[in-house]
Amino acid sequence: MNNQLNVEIPSDSEVIIGILNNSDSVLKKLYLGYFPMILQLVVNNNGDEDEAKDIYQEAIIVLYNKVKRGDFELSSKLKTYIYSICRRLWLKRLKQLNRYGGDIKDFQEYLPVEDEVEKHEERDMQLNKMGDALKLLGEPCKTIMEDFYMHNRSMQDICERFGYTNADNAKTQKYKCLQRLKKLFFQQ
Amino acid sequence: MKDNQLLEMIERYLNGEMTVEESAQFDALRKKDATIDAKIAEHKEFTALLKQYNERLSLQSRLDEIHDEIDVHTLKDDLMAHPSWIVQLWRHHHSKISVAASVAIFAALIVLFFTGNLTNPDPMFKKLSKEVKLVKDQQTQLGQQQSTIIKNIRPTGPSISEKFRGTGFALTGNGYIVTNYHVISGADSVYVQNAAGESFHTKVVYTEPQYDVAILQINDPAFKNLGTVPYRFKKAKSDLGETVYTLGYPGDEIKFGPGSLTAATGFKGDTTEYELFIPVNPGNSGGPLLDDKGNVIGVITGKQTQTSGAAFAVKSNYLLKAIQSIPADSLNKSLILNTKNSLAKLSRTQQVEKLRTYVFMVKVYNQ
Repeated sequence: MNNQLNVEIPSDSEVIIGILNNSDSVLKKLYLGYFPMILQLVVNNNGDEDEAKDIYQEAIIVLYNKVKRGDFELSSKLKTYIYSICRRLWLKRLKQLNRYGGDIKDFQEYLPVEDEVEKHEERDMQLNKMGDALKLLGEPCKTIMEDFYMHNRSMQDICERFGYTNADNAKTQKYKCLQRLKKLFFQQ
Repeated sequence: MKDNQLLEMIERYLNGEMTVEESAQFDALRKKDATIDAKIAEHKEFTALLKQYNERLSLQSRLDEIHDEIDVHTLKDDLMAHPSWIVQLWRHHHSKISVAASVAIFAALIVLFFTGNLTNPDPMFKKLSKEVKLVKDQQTQLGQQQSTIIKNIRPTGPSISEKFRGTGFALTGNGYIVTNYHVISGADSVYVQNAAGESFHTKVVYTEPQYDVAILQINDPAFKNLGTVPYRFKKAKSDLGETVYTLGYPGDEIKFGPGSLTAATGFKGDTTEYELFIPVNPGNSGGPLLDDKGNVIGVITGKQTQTSGAAFAVKSNYLLKAIQSIPADSLNKSLILNTKNSLAKLSRTQQVEKLRTYVFMVKVYNQ
């Protein structure tokens, strides 16, 4: 448990402001600060370190999105919140893997967070579908979609990159690609 | 309007790239045509999802980068609660173990069923219960006959039966015995009975109602000297938590009661008593309270009815005080207490074996 004491744990308000400002250093402090707690939870409840990593990153993403949306109220400690999310996620995972022995060994107090985890998982499913659709899309459509919609590049840039002779050709291509992506996404 | 042109307009509209005029036109179009409005909404949602997907990917890679800096293995070893191998075995294989256990139970039941052991093969049992019933009937008959006989006899004088029982124990080998005052108060005659079942008549030599102590002396010609008592009477106070025990006659048999000393004061803070956690019944009153080494540290006096398990004992130094205040002329034999403890090194069972000849049932008779 000594390692838990060695790492610096940032204050809750520092984390929230840091996330809102896209601060890399705060994200790192947050990540390093609470990982041991979750590793402890998972390895002592039938899991390994890779599973702990997955669960923990998911919880950090939940927290991150919640703060970004602006609806994180400091009604509970960040520590309790992260622990609760991870606990819930891990319980679900254990049940899915048929490794749930009927009880879980707890190391912290926790809150009921079923609804939030549910919401997160719905969103996660959508995003995974999007990822799958993009994979199926193939080149050059995938790069065009990524450049235009994800990396906010201008049509001009894309034109040059792919060697389209005029902007209209590029626009038509982009339109076709988007239609295909939508089809792939909604077909799943 | 072609679809791809519409898309371009939607994108320009959403990105705010239209001029005021164009924007107003498009708003009008949007109001007029519900399908365009739906398309705008759909496009907005879809591109937002694409953006979110991008954000998720970049966040994930940032997190992975941070994660790579952690020495997970050392951390894991530190944080792992190491359960015993049997617990681990159960955790990993509990379902298999459960299945194996149920199969084993099932198999055992089947074997029992086929070998006929599940049904009761013993006809002796029925016979026995018949015999018991026969005896019972005879008993009730006898009882009826007896009551008719008793009705026919007029009572002649008071029938004597023992009224109260307690326990007492030897102070000396020459017949001095201590018991509770409340055991013998109001008695016509007091007998003591030893472990062998022999009764001896006694006389009450001294009572100290304040400490609930009474000293008896056996004055029966059948009584033979017991020899030196094996225990010592402890003058100092005993400590809380000390393991103690008592011997006594709550029934016809001598009984051993193990317990511990729980408080330095007795009922309602009475400083002359100890509070004990020990199983005692009314007949235990007057019994010796001994510590681990076999020192007498008190005399059992009673128990509190409300609190289960709480019992009380007079401290031995009040017993000694009572003995000292006996007037010299009421003693016709010397009452000199033993100062040597010969029980200290013996095991509990050996101690009890030695003690039982010095513990008596006190039987009290009155009209």
